[in-house]
Amino acid sequence: MGTLVSTILVVSLLGGLLALLLYVVAKKFHVEEDARIDEVEKKLPGANCGGCGFAGCRAMAEALVKEDDISTLYCPVGGGECMKLIATYLGKAAAEREPQVAVVRCSGSCANRPRVNTYDGAGSCAVAAALYAGQTGCSFGCIGLGDCTLKCDFGAIRMNPETGLPEVDDEKCTACGACVKACPKMIIELRKKAPKGRKIYVSCVNKDKGAVARKACKVACIGCGKCAKVCAHDAITVVNNLAYIDSTKCKMCRKCVAECPTGAIIEVGFPVRKPAAESAPKAEAPKVEVKVEAPKAVEEVKPNETANKE
Amino acid sequence: MKTFPIGGIHPSDNKQYSKEAAIERFPIPQVVTIPLAQHIGAPAVACVAKGDKVLAGQVIATAGGFVSSAIHSSVSGTVTAVDMKADAQGNMKPCVTIAVEGDEWVEGVDLSTTLVKNITLSGKEIVAKVAEMGIVGMGGATFPTHVKLSIPDGKKAECLIINAVECEPYLTADYRVMMEKGGELLTGARLLAKAIGVDQIYVGIENNKPDAIKALQVLAGSYLGIEIVPLKMRYPQGGEKQLIAAITGRQVPSGGLPIDVGAVVQNVGTALAVYEAVMKNKPLVERVVTVTGPKLARPKNLLVRIGTPMSALIDYCGGMDGVGKVVAGGPMMGRAVSNVDAPVTKGTSGVLLIPTAESLRQKPDTCIRCAKCVEACPMGLEPYLLAKLSKKEMYDEAEKHYIADCIECGCCTYSCPAYLPLLDWLRIGKGEVMKAIRARATKK
Repeated sequence: MGTLVSTILVVSLLGGLLALLLYVVAKKFHVEEDARIDEVEKKLPGANCGGCGFAGCRAMAEALVKEDDISTLYCPVGGGECMKLIATYLGKAAAEREPQVAVVRCSGSCANRPRVNTYDGAGSCAVAAALYAGQTGCSFGCIGLGDCTLKCDFGAIRMNPETGLPEVDDEKCTACGACVKACPKMIIELRKKAPKGRKIYVSCVNKDKGAVARKACKVACIGCGKCAKVCAHDAITVVNNLAYIDSTKCKMCRKCVAECPTGAIIEVGFPVRKPAAESAPKAEAPKVEVKVEAPKAVEEVKPNETANKE
Repeated sequence: MKTFPIGGIHPSDNKQYSKEAAIERFPIPQVVTIPLAQHIGAPAVACVAKGDKVLAGQVIATAGGFVSSAIHSSVSGTVTAVDMKADAQGNMKPCVTIAVEGDEWVEGVDLSTTLVKNITLSGKEIVAKVAEMGIVGMGGATFPTHVKLSIPDGKKAECLIINAVECEPYLTADYRVMMEKGGELLTGARLLAKAIGVDQIYVGIENNKPDAIKALQVLAGSYLGIEIVPLKMRYPQGGEKQLIAAITGRQVPSGGLPIDVGAVVQNVGTALAVYEAVMKNKPLVERVVTVTGPKLARPKNLLVRIGTPMSALIDYCGGMDGVGKVVAGGPMMGRAVSNVDAPVTKGTSGVLLIPTAESLRQKPDTCIRCAKCVEACPMGLEPYLLAKLSKKEMYDEAEKHYIADCIECGCCTYSCPAYLPLLDWLRIGKGEVMKAIRARATKK
């Protein structure tokens, strides 16, 4: 009986002492953390995608609370609304940016761009790009092994098995930029989102001279400059045999689309034109259709997973 | 018989196809395309323009920095373009294109075959000559030779090792040089030794080339301090670090260079090029290329002008019938060629034509941790782990496991029973880690 009592006493005393010690330590080393950080973190989307440039939403929240000027900080996932909400809460001026969407600038499907060799190394764009120019005559275009699809946290980009090219689901895309970083050929670009999901862009990044580019791919930009001449808004520049449409200047007039001799400029989301101009709408028509179907297929079919499995 | 201590594999050497073919001079093509980046380091800067007349041996591009190399015209003719052309891997690289007219050389080049053995220049003069003549390591790595011969302050070279191992299967270019130009080769070795201020020269040769060992042993008698060291055949014995370990028993420290253990390693082809540069005043404008393959009609060892399209060599030796893959270099470390019209460069030791049936890789399976790659790795690394870390982009962890010491010999991929593309991933990881290491160095 005596043993039992003494044991209970000793253990209770020890427990009490240790609790006291813990209390003292906790008081002494207490870190005052701004309560607003928790609040801001709650307001952020919580995707932890790194699109803002920070390691995660918590780090972004800390920066938002700490910095006086938050105009350089922007959460692409939450977008303007989320930033405004946080800014009002913190009493600071929010960054205002146009919403963006990822755009794949290559139309080099198997039909447009014939394969000239076979790659059978590790199933990764990064590895293939480090080894050689690619399976086609175009050394700039999409490799098609899907590094971008693996990096997307939102399931917004997937490979189309028919064309062998990645396609972006505009609804799901948050413009975090993970796919842009993942692409070793730098094909994917974040462009300004236009109303009704409309897009006009040069779907090519080939910097070869016109003849070389055309030989490698039917729908390559040959740098002829016709589009730049016809553009009334100064939105198009041609550098290194490649046209580029500045999405912030483009007024979506579609003149360049009709002018492009190779069909490298693509329009998406526009009603079909009444007058004859047949070639251009034909080129983009299947793209729109696929986009409507895309969301359903994302969950079940991940064609790239098998290719990258070791 | 000596060899290196850990790892290594035994692929069949397949040298029988082209071994007996004496070096043959390949006819000068009508057009040559000379890339400006044929070496490791900064690309050379073109000093000719479209329309210029050039002579064979004339400088057409000057070195773009210390770790760089001058480039000379391999033919006489007119420059038709200085622009971007696709290299063997299809990537666009700056090139000088020359339309050939006759075969006139610049003054002062001795084209005779008389062997000159009398060394009159000092070590420093030899290094300067080597830089002027655009000599680079011709085993395949193409590191500018004058950089390797410039011993950094505080380091001292104790011996020169001539890499006559040619451990890559199929290739016989170095073997033919040893058989036919032994005197030139050994004089070149003496020049290299003088340049770095050493007396002792070791020539490491694998025992699958007994005739070369015998031939050089006879010749070495008339030279001072040259020892022919027969080595037990094993890939990758021709790796610098492996060869040093095999011959001297010394281990190059992790992240270090051969000079840290007092050794300088030079390839057979390089020694010959140095001989021609110093004794004959002839720049590096041609090299011996082995064109071979199991099904090739006429495998040959050709003396080719730099800039000759590989397709011309292939046609000359029997054509592309039944070929599934063309490799520039040997089958282990060479790179697959997607553009056969690309030119032969200073580093092209061979053009290997692999039949369709053998050209495709096997389907990769799952790693079962059998550790065959660990056993095969001559650097004592764990390739299965490093490949996984690279794939997961865990580069910090990969650096801790010494990924930067990988010599990219391919023993791991060769030995993997699951056919995993280990080296493909390792190269990516090594690239990223080296980038990080360089970034840290410049920050300091």
